Amino acid sequence: MDLDTVQLPVSTGKAPIATVLCATCGAPIDGSTGVAMCYDCIKLNVDVSDGIQREATIHFCRGCDRWLQPPSQWVSAAPESRELLALCLRKLRGLSKVRIIDANFIWTEPHSKRIRVKITVQQEAFQGTIVQQSFEVEYIVAYHQCPDCAKSFTGGRGLCLWWVRQKVPHKRTFLYLEQLILKHNAHKDTINIREVKDGLDFYYSQRNHATKMVDFLGAVAPITSKKSSELISTDIHTSTKSYKFTYSVELVPICKDDLVCIPVKMARSLGNISPLLLCTRIGNSIHLTDPGTLQVTDVQTSVYWRAPFSSLADVQELVEFIVLDIEPLGPTHGRFVLADVQVARASDMVSNTQSYLLRTHLGGILHPGDSVLGYHLSGANFNNPQYEDLERTAPDQIPDVILVKKSYPRKKKNKNRNWRLKRMAREESDMLPRKQDQERAERDYEMFLREVEEDTELRASLALYKSTRKNPPKTQRMEGVEMEGTREDGGAEPGDGMEHETEEEDGDDGDLPEIAIHELLDEFEEMHVQD
Amino acid sequence: MAVRAQFENSNEVGVFATLTNSYALVATGGSMNFYSIFEAELADVIPICHTTIAGTRIVGRLTAGNRNGLLLPTSTTDQELQHLRNSIPETVKIQRIEERLSALGNVICANDHVALVHPDIERETEEIVADVLGVEVFRQTISENVLVGSYCSLSNQGGIVHPKTSIQDQDELSSLLQVPLVAGSVNRGSPVVGAGMVVNDWMAVTGLDTTATELSVVESVFKLGEGMGPSNLAGELRSSLVETWY
Repeated sequence: MDLDTVQLPVSTGKAPIATVLCATCGAPIDGSTGVAMCYDCIKLNVDVSDGIQREATIHFCRGCDRWLQPPSQWVSAAPESRELLALCLRKLRGLSKVRIIDANFIWTEPHSKRIRVKITVQQEAFQGTIVQQSFEVEYIVAYHQCPDCAKSFTGGRGLCLWWVRQKVPHKRTFLYLEQLILKHNAHKDTINIREVKDGLDFYYSQRNHATKMVDFLGAVAPITSKKSSELISTDIHTSTKSYKFTYSVELVPICKDDLVCIPVKMARSLGNISPLLLCTRIGNSIHLTDPGTLQVTDVQTSVYWRAPFSSLADVQELVEFIVLDIEPLGPTHGRFVLADVQVARASDMVSNTQSYLLRTHLGGILHPGDSVLGYHLSGANFNNPQYEDLERTAPDQIPDVILVKKSYPRKKKNKNRNWRLKRMAREESDMLPRKQDQERAERDYEMFLREVEEDTELRASLALYKSTRKNPPKTQRMEGVEMEGTREDGGAEPGDGMEHETEEEDGDDGDLPEIAIHELLDEFEEMHVQD
Repeated sequence: MAVRAQFENSNEVGVFATLTNSYALVATGGSMNFYSIFEAELADVIPICHTTIAGTRIVGRLTAGNRNGLLLPTSTTDQELQHLRNSIPETVKIQRIEERLSALGNVICANDHVALVHPDIERETEEIVADVLGVEVFRQTISENVLVGSYCSLSNQGGIVHPKTSIQDQDELSSLLQVPLVAGSVNRGSPVVGAGMVVNDWMAVTGLDTTATELSVVESVFKLGEGMGPSNLAGELRSSLVETWY
């Protein structure tokens, strides 16, 4: 027991006059404090740390490196940290009666499983006399498995699993979903996120966290969810049961720019729209546009799941066309402008003069000479009952080509972006991805990045960060300066602003859509972006 | 001489006893040790009266007296008054006082010549104190404590006051009382020197906890030590006489 006591500073200006003798040692002292005992005698006679524990036990979970904060909280704290000191002091009984002046750790070898804390306390010994005293307390670190770890070691006891699936051949939707989750911080309660084929698995320790996540996803994407529970164990004495809950969430397997052929009956109920439609946006419902008439319709999630239909063709089947001539017809709807356009397949340009005349909704952004992506339907063979119905009943309703989006010539992979997205830390599936899978993932990500560049609406729902690269290449920067006036002419333009800007554009399709610097967020150091 | 005593595990000797140059009052109670300490010193010199005051044993705090008289609170019963009258010498005047501050031991502190009293004491009481005890009376405080009887212990040789008393206050009181004063404590640092001890001109009784240092202070200020008795007076005188002769 260390009882070294610190002499309190004497605050009086003039030297105290000795008026009385100390009651115990007889030393002449100043009696003006009203106590007839010198400081040394007081500290010999009075132990202010009396009643404070000198030894205590604190519990530590080896599995998750957390400390038990009684009664039942487990907190993580670094060794010799403020948090740990607070925990240690809180653990000590009798410390509330005295005033704590100082507390600090005394270094101990970690394997000794001892924590030593030196505490300095003050207390009034007699009336008007405050005694300050330092002492050491030794804590024994005892192992104790926390309930969370206990759960994780007993086969997912009380665990809640939540999986989300979309049965499409690419990952763009999940990339978008990841960004949404990151922006809204919806993943903060997850224990683990695992990437599997066709989707993601989320692990939660509590059921309400999982339901919260389902609600969040229901608000941003068209989903259907199913709940199932598996009885893990039951205690017949206390009637307590523990379940493993699994939420299975399925996303609508239709993505933006997909071609769909809806059942004729549904097309009639949706305002007698043409059954052959282009998906232009996925919100929490599916937005479909008829490129020939600019008619737009929403398919609610509930309606979709009553009569599900699959996509006819997706972005991987897009073919490049060259615009030969274009003539706007007048009607507009949002950013879409109806136009008659004459296109030829880019691959056919040299071999023959086959061209197609068709209606498109991209009248606002296309110019003669532009290259554009579209579905080539003439000669295509789809195994789809609705399409076959349509072919049989109204073959004249099927155009030869449906144009989907303007294409910008760019390098295979643009490494010079001035922005970046955050990625979620997640655990991959047990097996290492094959090389082609990895390539496909990279291609999907690149495609998603391009889409972000081209679509302002999409961009508005995401959080984009400034790239941390020190100096972007000079050529790229120069290009950016030159493009200042015509930068935002891509498919991303909101409807009304588009027309006059495209008028003054000189038809140069070499310029790429870029993201203005003011749309980007500054990135904080703690974020640990993984690209 | 100064001795240590304890009344039924209490060190506050001055609460349970009153000691003057002509009589002593001690409370009745179980512990004979306490009486025997008084009796050993005083038995054949002055009478020791076992009594209660108003049925209580705190006789030291309820009474005040000196060689000439004894003051009792109005709550003292007739039987007790009669018993006291029978026990203590005829020359000692005994007087019951109608005083709101009835713990007279706490509010009056007297030797055979002067007395300090509580500043709020009644004028009649002050006059009675002067008449019965035959003293000059001063309304005073001791280091801002009004209970002069609790915080001051006085004999004809000297006095001890509360340890907090400043040098200036000590000088002032000392000039009033015409005896040397010292700030001190009894019972291991207790500042209630009036209640913690009793003293007359040749003996003092303090609590059992009193340290050697405190006892030596008591002996030196009340001039009770070995060779400080009446026999040594000549020696002291002689030295001064010798000095004058040279």
